[in-house]
Amino acid sequence: MARFAQPDSFLPVASALRLLPVRFERLGVDRFLVGNMVGDMTEMTQAELDRLCALDLAPGDGLYERAFEKLFIASVDQSAQQQILALRLRSRLSFLRAATPLHLFVVTLRCEHSCPYCQVSRQSKDRTRYDMDQATASKALDIALSAPAPLIKLEFQGGEPLLNFELIRWIVLAAKERAAPLGKQLQFVITTNLALLNDEILEFCAEHDVLFSTSLDGPRDLHNKNRPRRGNNSYELAVAGIERIKERLGPDRVGALMTTTEASLDRVEDIVDEYLRQGLYSIFLRPLSPYGFAIKTRQFHKYRAQEWLGFWKRGLRYILDINKAGRHFPEFYSALIVRRMLSDEPIGYVDLRSPAGVGLGALVYNYDGAVFASDEARMLAEMGDRTFELGSVHEHSYRDLVLSDTLVSAIADSLTQTAPQCSSCVFEPNCGADPVYHHATQKDVLGIKPLSEFCERQMGVITHLFELLEHSPEDAAILRRWAQ
Amino acid sequence: MRPLVLAGRAVAADLAALGAKRQSWRLQSPVTSPAGDRDAALITHQHDWELAQALDYKLAIGRDERPAQTSLSYVRLPAEFAELGDGDVLRVQPETGRVRLLYRRSSGHNFFLVTERCNNFCLMCSQPPKSVDDAWLMDEIGDTLPLVDPTTPSLTFTGGEPLTEWRRFIRLLNLTRDLLPDTAVHVLTNGRAFASPDVAIAWAAVGHPKLSAGIPIYAAVDAIHDYVVQAKGAFDETVLGVLRLKDCGQRVEIRVVLHAITAPRLRETCSWIARNLPFVDHVALMGLENTGFAIVNDDVLWIDPLDYQEQLAAGVDVLSTAGVNVSVYNLPLCVLDPSVRPFAVQSISDWKNAFVEECDGCSARRDCAGFFSTGRPKFSRGIAPI
Repeated sequence: MARFAQPDSFLPVASALRLLPVRFERLGVDRFLVGNMVGDMTEMTQAELDRLCALDLAPGDGLYERAFEKLFIASVDQSAQQQILALRLRSRLSFLRAATPLHLFVVTLRCEHSCPYCQVSRQSKDRTRYDMDQATASKALDIALSAPAPLIKLEFQGGEPLLNFELIRWIVLAAKERAAPLGKQLQFVITTNLALLNDEILEFCAEHDVLFSTSLDGPRDLHNKNRPRRGNNSYELAVAGIERIKERLGPDRVGALMTTTEASLDRVEDIVDEYLRQGLYSIFLRPLSPYGFAIKTRQFHKYRAQEWLGFWKRGLRYILDINKAGRHFPEFYSALIVRRMLSDEPIGYVDLRSPAGVGLGALVYNYDGAVFASDEARMLAEMGDRTFELGSVHEHSYRDLVLSDTLVSAIADSLTQTAPQCSSCVFEPNCGADPVYHHATQKDVLGIKPLSEFCERQMGVITHLFELLEHSPEDAAILRRWAQ
Repeated sequence: MRPLVLAGRAVAADLAALGAKRQSWRLQSPVTSPAGDRDAALITHQHDWELAQALDYKLAIGRDERPAQTSLSYVRLPAEFAELGDGDVLRVQPETGRVRLLYRRSSGHNFFLVTERCNNFCLMCSQPPKSVDDAWLMDEIGDTLPLVDPTTPSLTFTGGEPLTEWRRFIRLLNLTRDLLPDTAVHVLTNGRAFASPDVAIAWAAVGHPKLSAGIPIYAAVDAIHDYVVQAKGAFDETVLGVLRLKDCGQRVEIRVVLHAITAPRLRETCSWIARNLPFVDHVALMGLENTGFAIVNDDVLWIDPLDYQEQLAAGVDVLSTAGVNVSVYNLPLCVLDPSVRPFAVQSISDWKNAFVEECDGCSARRDCAGFFSTGRPKFSRGIAPI
């Protein structure tokens, strides 16, 4: 008869156990969030955390099993745990291999809206001065197509880009012609308020696979209050435009973004309902950024991170219940973060990575040929702060721009992996560096994290999503589906 | 319920003319001449004897007595021996009259036992390992592969641990690549050998387009996995092996056998796979086959599948929403949570697959894995017609 050994024959030697890199954060009186270096997290009591740190654990006690599964511990003679950590870290940073997939063309700074929260400081007149010309566009396009990423996304921004549609048309056609011999794939998006949408534009976009991204801040009264325009019909035009695009190009060809203002804070359900009414496939409950008119008109300072968090949580609850009732309708920000938390695939979102997404994730070509490291960087420039101006399309190549001292030091100086408070933060693997934000708010690309609303918001969002994933199975199932 | 009889001793035989050497024979109806010198005539009618002799077959195999006027070498199989067909391959040992059916062309579940040696000693092993010199098994497979129909859709190499003598086994895979390039070749291995880069590189160099390794990981905790496979250090080697194979671009299936030691942590095990090995090609969550060591260790292994349904449903959901291809093997649909049923596969090899009385009135029987007929089958209290 065969002889079998008992479980205790397979225990690790206690003295051979070692702690792998772990981080933790207090959640409550006797609750800690404990995580590894690739974003896996679990909850522990004070006593459990103490035992983990003292390596006072053994198979059978439940804590050993959890700690081993989360890659918190290993025996000295093992190497699989570290190999897994290494390969996952490599995956999480693999966005560096396909540098600069996103290229924003500010084809004009003119706009026919006059939103007080405008983050780009639109201009209303002087066509020649604030429109991008073809020579500038052509140079910018060459730079975009020389970026290493195999899929190049060109986004047309403004102002209101449809005021210079002729140039968009020229760029799309030229891009297709120039990308083919390089073997690059292309994607086009126009970020527009849709007020100037017409059949000719629709026709062209249908033919050339151009997507639309628009603004919808909520129901008519809220939207029109946030987004004033002569005729007070921004909402009517946006909604009509969404409908026309869905009809002509298909329901997945138009997405909408909302900006949270003080007036939105207690109306999240109305806003979500409006998105559902318009047949939009998702919503992005995003905070206002500290740039442009949002600062000048003091819009940005009208609410704080905690108020936005309350708004987001309430909205997420409402949206999750809508999903429970059977309608697939993700909240984009939650979906992004959950994807960071549950997979190592890098997300395309430039604000949630370290090394920062500035330049390496996106480049912005301003109407006058100036090149900026991000959309926010050019917003700052319009306010007179040209810190993140990398160069000019007329003088510099892609290499010059991404290897410029300005960009290299902005990225090197803001790495969360080595930043005080970030390097030991349990949320760091699921967070990112935002040097432009921290420069704008604190005049410091790294940022003083205890004073950073970016940090406060991120910690709040990740903690809340963690709680849902761990303690609310029905919500967790929905969140995991969003992250697919 | 009984498995098909795939081996036995000839009721009568005349093999004197074949010499003493064991050989593999491919069966063919004697309506045509033998395609090669290893084709044996499959006798199903009385007149087949005449035809076989006329067409110069060297061997006839059937269930009937040889007619008096025929002098052809022959094997008469016992009545209970499995049904045979054209293209099937039999191994005949002339000295003893022992016959083993090595390949059934009509089956989707053909497998070759590569060795009975193994460096794991799993508590529930259905094929308990033996420390014997069975190198002849690989010779036999090498001898048989040329007779296997090249259009056969799939083939499994199992053990023991097929990579025990890994250099020889890689040569066997090379032969399989040359003879059966279109066949899906699945190797059931504990994966520990791949912790050595030499083995992983040699495996990848075979270059069979449809080669995959099925590797068991029973828990994401070293002490649990090592206990189940009764080998300290096995977890670390197996995981390293999986990483190396995937690094070489090879197909890997993770297999988790469900029993009282593994099932209670199945949710965590599946979450761990989804987080750490999302790049594997398939995950099979497998009901226990109550045979071999599983019978001996029944007291530590048995759990009614009904009692781990919550874990199983959670595990399947975690894996499938993470985009990992997951299937549930060896469990009847009636014991599965409805959310798990779409992932259930009819996985039990046809020769040992059976159904029970309750299945007669069941509307799902056609899609159901049913039961193992091997060993000492144990049944869930949840068995009921759907």
